[in-house]
Amino acid sequence: MSAPQARTKRKFGTPLNFKRGVIELSHGSGGRAMAQLIDELFAKSLDNPWLAQGNDQACLQLPAGRVAMTTDSYVISPLFFPGGDIGSLAIHGTINDIAMSGARPLHLASGFIIEAGFPLGDLRQIVESMAAAARAADVAVVTGDTKVVERGKADGVFINTTGIGVIPEGLHLSGDLAQPGDSILINGTIGDHGVAVMSKRTELDFDVSVVSDSAALHDLVRVMVSATPQMRCLRDPTRGGVATTLNEIARQSGVGMMIEEAAIPIQAEVAAVCELLGLDPLYVANEGKLIAICPPHYASNLLDAMMSHPLGGKSAVIGEVVADPHHFVRMQTAFGGSRIVDWLSSEQLPRIC
Amino acid sequence: MKYIDEFRDGVTARGVAEQIVLEAKPGREYNLMEFCGGHTHAIYRYGVQDLLPDNVHMIHGPGCPVCVLPIGRLDMVLGLADREDVTLCTYGDMLRVPGSKGRSLLKAKSEGADIRMVYSAADALKLAHQLPERQVVFFAIGFETTTPPTAVAILGAQAQGLENFTVFCNHVLTPSAIANILESPDVRELGTVPIDGFLGPAHVSVVIGSQPYEFFAREYHKPVIISGFEPLDVMQSILMLIRQLNSGRAEVENQYIRAVSRHGNIKAKRMVAEVFELRRLFEWRGLGVVPYSALRIKNRFAKFDAEARFDLRYTPAKEHNGCECGAILRGVLQPIDCKLFATVCTPETPMGSCMVSSEGACAAHYSYGRYQAEAETA
Repeated sequence: MSAPQARTKRKFGTPLNFKRGVIELSHGSGGRAMAQLIDELFAKSLDNPWLAQGNDQACLQLPAGRVAMTTDSYVISPLFFPGGDIGSLAIHGTINDIAMSGARPLHLASGFIIEAGFPLGDLRQIVESMAAAARAADVAVVTGDTKVVERGKADGVFINTTGIGVIPEGLHLSGDLAQPGDSILINGTIGDHGVAVMSKRTELDFDVSVVSDSAALHDLVRVMVSATPQMRCLRDPTRGGVATTLNEIARQSGVGMMIEEAAIPIQAEVAAVCELLGLDPLYVANEGKLIAICPPHYASNLLDAMMSHPLGGKSAVIGEVVADPHHFVRMQTAFGGSRIVDWLSSEQLPRIC
Repeated sequence: MKYIDEFRDGVTARGVAEQIVLEAKPGREYNLMEFCGGHTHAIYRYGVQDLLPDNVHMIHGPGCPVCVLPIGRLDMVLGLADREDVTLCTYGDMLRVPGSKGRSLLKAKSEGADIRMVYSAADALKLAHQLPERQVVFFAIGFETTTPPTAVAILGAQAQGLENFTVFCNHVLTPSAIANILESPDVRELGTVPIDGFLGPAHVSVVIGSQPYEFFAREYHKPVIISGFEPLDVMQSILMLIRQLNSGRAEVENQYIRAVSRHGNIKAKRMVAEVFELRRLFEWRGLGVVPYSALRIKNRFAKFDAEARFDLRYTPAKEHNGCECGAILRGVLQPIDCKLFATVCTPETPMGSCMVSSEGACAAHYSYGRYQAEAETA
């Protein structure tokens, strides 16, 4: 597709002070300060011809086919965590939501809501991390928006990212297609993102070396789709973890699920932190994981394809779809019993003893 | 996880399960009460019930500190949280428990109250240092397990001369609760609740030791097995109870020998005795007013007592009509016997306290055990 021509750059008297400067209300007011912020930070870091053109919209030429579109808002606290930050997360999360339809992500749009007083240096770090994540994923942030709100009206910075992608001809993945007998697969260890974030959020008196799994999964999906186009459903188990995603699919498809506790990959350290904090890792967030459901006879083929990819080295078949009028997700415990893996009731709260 | 996985091993579990099947006499019923929410949680989370024969029944006891706190005490803490000058520190699973009119700390927090979730009394003390202009109140709940850390925090606050730290004390005592159940007419006279023996508390007993239970074994002729909270601990303790019942014994036996001694943690008990004294009366949700069943802060530490500093008064409040938490906590009814269960009372909209904490009998049954119940009625 053809990229627009870049226009001549405007110049501003004093460059932005990324060492000591902070965001002021004027940076969102549409005047010269805002133009400077966009030029010297957003357009410069995210650097692509559409942004450089300086219009209020990006005009795109899309290849033929069905288009997948999604939007997601990022309000994470803390903004920086082991393995990523709100910037990289805002790219990965939206790419993944597009990729779960089997689509190849093409373009992103991003809106920032920034609290007055937010350090310009932190903002630069976030935008540069966003740019690096987008470059690595070969996806461009083609248009954006910046708003500044008064101090106390936001939590540092909120980012919304919208994305579009094109679905390969003939591919149809959806949460309502799971059938009894289908296999359930995952591409690696659970709970890494949630534990990495929590380890910075709560005042823990022990060191945790767990790093977020935040990653763009579209290339893994490309490999999976080409190996097993017969897949029925893909979904990334983010908020609410694997348990929530399985319950969503079970309800959408009108089926039940039976998973095998011993088959679910988990890092020893993540299991230990969850144990200490009184949390169930099945409900802890992931940002670089996907659940795949496919007919049983394709499972080993799909598993091989997943394991051949750098983001799928620890993939596993974790259970199967079963017929169940109650749409329960159940788990065979490693201990030898079984239990329901229910919907989460509001937030997961630790037990006291 | 080292030292944990060993106690969750499926192969060993099957071995113990086979032994239980071998030794449980087919002609008799075994009604065993697990006292603690920690046991209830383990039974549901690991599917222990699936490994037991049909004539071994587990009855969930009142040992969930979140569940036994009456609405009146919750209303007191909600009143505290609403004060402009107060930062309230609470354990996580107290946040959702509804007080009067269904209002919870979580709701108060979303309405603007300054409520922080902490993992220990020490965290609250630290916060009091960081926020010298705020009145930091620690919402202390729990059985003997969480009492010593509260005592340490109060002694620490005194040593550091802190002026802005107080404790809203709701600590309760395990032996009083067990005695109350054994003395209740349901159990003692009517025989409607056939409790044959107890799985005794794990963490509580680390503090108080196994000695306090000897009275129950002797006086009420009920065997007590002090049991750890891991699923294999629970399985082994069930086997030990069955063996005692088969041979007509009623003794206190300690399965949790890796942590519990006969006299417990003497230093912790001494600290608790230094800071706290018995309350003459305390209302328990489910059990009613039980004399000498809870602790209050001694007068010489009144400076750190939120009830004294903020002049709090207890007013008993009415439970939801039709809520059977009381009978469920005493083991008289099962969660599915309550007409509110899984209809208007769910983990999203808990009516009674048993539905709130995942240790509560109703929440545990709703989240983990409902399948069996629904599968049977399907």
